[in-house]
Amino acid sequence: MRRAEPLLALAAAAAMVVAALAAPWLKFVLTIALAKGMAALGIMLLLRAGQVSFGHALYVSFGAYTVAFLAPTLRDSLLLLPVAAAMATALGLVVGLFVSRYRQIFFGMLNLALSMVFFSLLEKLYHITHGTDGIRVALPTMLGQALERTSFEWAIFGVALALALLFGWFARAYLDAPMGQALAGIKTRETRLEFMGVPARHVLLSAYVLSALMAGCGGAIIAMTTRHVTPLLAYWTASGELVFIAILGGAGGVIGPFLGAVTYELVRVYAAAILAEAWQAILGTVLLLVILFAPGGLWGMLAALFRRRRAA
Amino acid sequence: MAEFPSLTRRAALLGAAASGSLLMAGSGAEAQPQRPSELKIGITTFLSGPASVFGVPGRQAADMLIEEINREGGIGGVPLRAFYVDEAPGTDHLVGEYRRLVQSEGVHVMFASISSGSCLACTPLSDELRKTTVLWDCGTQRIFEEARHPFAFRTQGYGTPEILAPLLYLLQHRPDFRTLAVINQDYAWGRDSWELWKTAMDALKPGVRVVAELFPRFNSTDFSTEITRMLALRPDVILSTSWGGELVTLIRQASERRLFERSLFVLPVAEASLPQLGRTMPAGQIIGARGDHWINHPEPRDPQALRRFVEGYRQRTNEWPIYPCHHMAQAMWALRAAYKRAIEAKGGGWPNDQELAQAFRGLEFPTPTATITIREDGQGLEDQIVGLSSHGDRFPYAVPEKMILYPAANVSTPVGQKSTDWLRTLKPEMVQQAGRPLGAG
Amino acid sequence: MVAWFEQNGLLLGLALLDGLAYAALVFLVAVGLNLVFGVLRILNVAHGSLYAIGAYTAASLGIALAAGGLGPWASLVALVVAAAVVGAVLGPLIEGLILRRIYGQEEVLQLLVTFALFMILEDVQKLVWGVQPVHHDAGLRWLGTVDVPFGGDVIPFTAYQLYVLPGVALLTLAGLAWFLRRTLTGRVIVAVTTDREAATAMGIDARRVFLLTFTFGAALAALGGALSSPTAALVPGIGAQTIVLSFAVVAIAGLGQIEGAALSALMIGLGRSIAVYFAPEFEVVMPYLIMVAVLLVRPQGLFGTTETRRV
Repeated sequence: MRRAEPLLALAAAAAMVVAALAAPWLKFVLTIALAKGMAALGIMLLLRAGQVSFGHALYVSFGAYTVAFLAPTLRDSLLLLPVAAAMATALGLVVGLFVSRYRQIFFGMLNLALSMVFFSLLEKLYHITHGTDGIRVALPTMLGQALERTSFEWAIFGVALALALLFGWFARAYLDAPMGQALAGIKTRETRLEFMGVPARHVLLSAYVLSALMAGCGGAIIAMTTRHVTPLLAYWTASGELVFIAILGGAGGVIGPFLGAVTYELVRVYAAAILAEAWQAILGTVLLLVILFAPGGLWGMLAALFRRRRAA
Repeated sequence: MAEFPSLTRRAALLGAAASGSLLMAGSGAEAQPQRPSELKIGITTFLSGPASVFGVPGRQAADMLIEEINREGGIGGVPLRAFYVDEAPGTDHLVGEYRRLVQSEGVHVMFASISSGSCLACTPLSDELRKTTVLWDCGTQRIFEEARHPFAFRTQGYGTPEILAPLLYLLQHRPDFRTLAVINQDYAWGRDSWELWKTAMDALKPGVRVVAELFPRFNSTDFSTEITRMLALRPDVILSTSWGGELVTLIRQASERRLFERSLFVLPVAEASLPQLGRTMPAGQIIGARGDHWINHPEPRDPQALRRFVEGYRQRTNEWPIYPCHHMAQAMWALRAAYKRAIEAKGGGWPNDQELAQAFRGLEFPTPTATITIREDGQGLEDQIVGLSSHGDRFPYAVPEKMILYPAANVSTPVGQKSTDWLRTLKPEMVQQAGRPLGAG
Repeated sequence: MVAWFEQNGLLLGLALLDGLAYAALVFLVAVGLNLVFGVLRILNVAHGSLYAIGAYTAASLGIALAAGGLGPWASLVALVVAAAVVGAVLGPLIEGLILRRIYGQEEVLQLLVTFALFMILEDVQKLVWGVQPVHHDAGLRWLGTVDVPFGGDVIPFTAYQLYVLPGVALLTLAGLAWFLRRTLTGRVIVAVTTDREAATAMGIDARRVFLLTFTFGAALAALGGALSSPTAALVPGIGAQTIVLSFAVVAIAGLGQIEGAALSALMIGLGRSIAVYFAPEFEVVMPYLIMVAVLLVRPQGLFGTTETRRV
């Protein structure tokens, strides 16, 4: 299964392009799903270390608001994206230096608290952020070209897809490297790591900064796709949604978070179309069933299917 | 009534790219359309979260009116069908659903949004997708004052008249007040409405001392600290543009602690909470309705239509209709009038998106209480009625007395100006001239 | 400094009175969450839903009793009855049907199960009670107000806010302390909180303890909701707000610490009302700032003990 990952990823990417060709609105939903998948991939790295961040919406919203604030001056999406990524990474480093000292609930709660502080600031600093009204993002250019809307949507979809593949590939390599392997050490017996001369804080910090980078990129793409950002991006339920996606997809492989994100968005669209007033309950039920009956997530289910076929 | 996913969506999800109908949607702006088998309306509203106190009644009113219109043969012979979207999950979901409804379901018109944030996100989409979008409830003045939106129309009033009318009423009813405190929800409407009020008050009655500006957290459930402060400060007037559960909580906590004995309240959005408050709403406070559709309107344009609407809604839901119900109805009636106008202009043909939008501009349509005109910038002119809360036998909750009607044209910012700029130019004479008393008083 | 106190001392006094009532409510909700977390090691997101359901049930029961002709005292009794009923029904249901299946799983899965429950219960609530604000305050009005002198003026406070809320919180704190320290069941709970492995090795029936604790925690959440129902109008979404605040209390307090929960609820309650008076911009972020500050100084929370480092 692991060896098949790159092939599977390419096949999935091709399937997404076909789906986006087939229905214009799907292209939008898939772009958002890819963006959230990136953020969830970061969450997954932390999950490998046994740490759950209930506050990564902080980085998503930080990336998104960076785009919203800088779009009038920077204008180009391929400038905005790296700047947003850099800003989120810098914030991740500062916060990470602080939170990487903590574990379990304290780690989770500190992340939650910081994202809620940011959320409150976005609402409170009305004259800067327009509060709950949010900020409109004008259509950015792409490589200096002013594209019309449909072409721009295709371009940003392509960027999201490429970034997702890149992050997936990088996360895979990272998890194979000693730094990534050490993450599992934090989860089981952290003291052993220290005995081996590996500073656990640095291991966690590196994963944390990486996750902030991915979430920041996700946020930037969300901002350029929806082209309107509101503080709701930073609310704690948005953070919960990212953890939800990571678990739904399964923490076993780097495709998991993206699988989770696409499923999540599509289930939500369907749930909203069938029963607009109960989409929450439907999503909750799906999550509950997955955890109770397939704790490895969708990726785990796929892997099990795959193994059974090989065994047969 | 549940909507089941249409074939097109299911096909799209399966990745069946072959189906040509998927690609056609959204591109119909210039084509010559056939009369469709149903007129699809996409409606965004709050179905969960605290703002569902508005969203769900809005939806119920829409369901009721669609049934009623369909019984009468639909619009131009075409029956209506609604697709609902919940605003609560956030902008990414809302914008995605807006696109899905336009591009995949092929809705003919969108009704957008209760929250100003949602409206600000959806309106530019109406420009891009060239889809007529009726702003059915949101109140932000930013929409038409900061940009032009050729496909967006608001079929009701908005923040500026809804704040200015209660202020004018206050200045007439209690001209000698000297101090004022404000307690608004800490979000866009709470901040915007205070800025509008303050600007207008400084022009109409300079020198009022603002003793406290309180902006408790949005969706607070406890105002006891704020109430203590106001009890200690004893302002002559307390303004609150809060709504929903928060307004109910604020009024109850304030009345429990006898704050109403010390200060006069001005509550521009009170109407929607009055049925819930029942007899606990103190009498003699200044109350507004975001419009003129009070249930006890003494001289409505069509008393029978008003009674029919109220009774129909009561029978259906066992609740009293509140302003989101009226605003939804206004959007439906405007839609019917616009289609009628467009079909007539086309000699009986079915209008395309462009022609439908043209029919909205300058449209006049009747409501049970009055007639609403849509200005050239897309903004609707809805009259405002403000009064003092009072209790009688007819209704089990407070309704206004000593009502004053402010014609929309008198209290709305002229086309092309920004509200705060215009409010700054107001003259104190306006207080006596802008409105006219209704009924026997 | 002295001059500041002369000027603002009276206001500060009022802020304390407001903060106390608020802290009492925060404490009731958070202590249940903390208890459950201490024993089951599950951070129960659905605790917020239990709070909301407790509040709605109390209001509905109060309305029904008032309609049945009972006096306003019945509404006050209804608060406690509603909390007990919600705890006794939903507690075992959630623990037995769902949580029990995932005790062996990773923490994040346990957390997410409660997140899923939270999402489902949000919609269930809407289905049962609708979206219009629900409220019932006959009991609170019946108790009347108390005039607190303020300079030459008086400020009316409701007796409910001044006496009932802090009173119930204090009773709960004392009762819990007695229960956990003096009764056998209580000691068993403490034993499981401190060292689950050792406790089960000694033959403690962990299942029974889990069921009991969860039911108890659910009842406390419902009690917090029920007690808040006479002062606040209930609308969809109140659970989501309560839960984040309780999370902050638990992190400040330290795992499973009831006195810690009381102290941190007090800090948050007073911090908030002082902020409303003197620095309104900080009101919203106050709980989080307190939490970050406390954890900077004491990484295990106020009353938390450092876990022994296992090799």
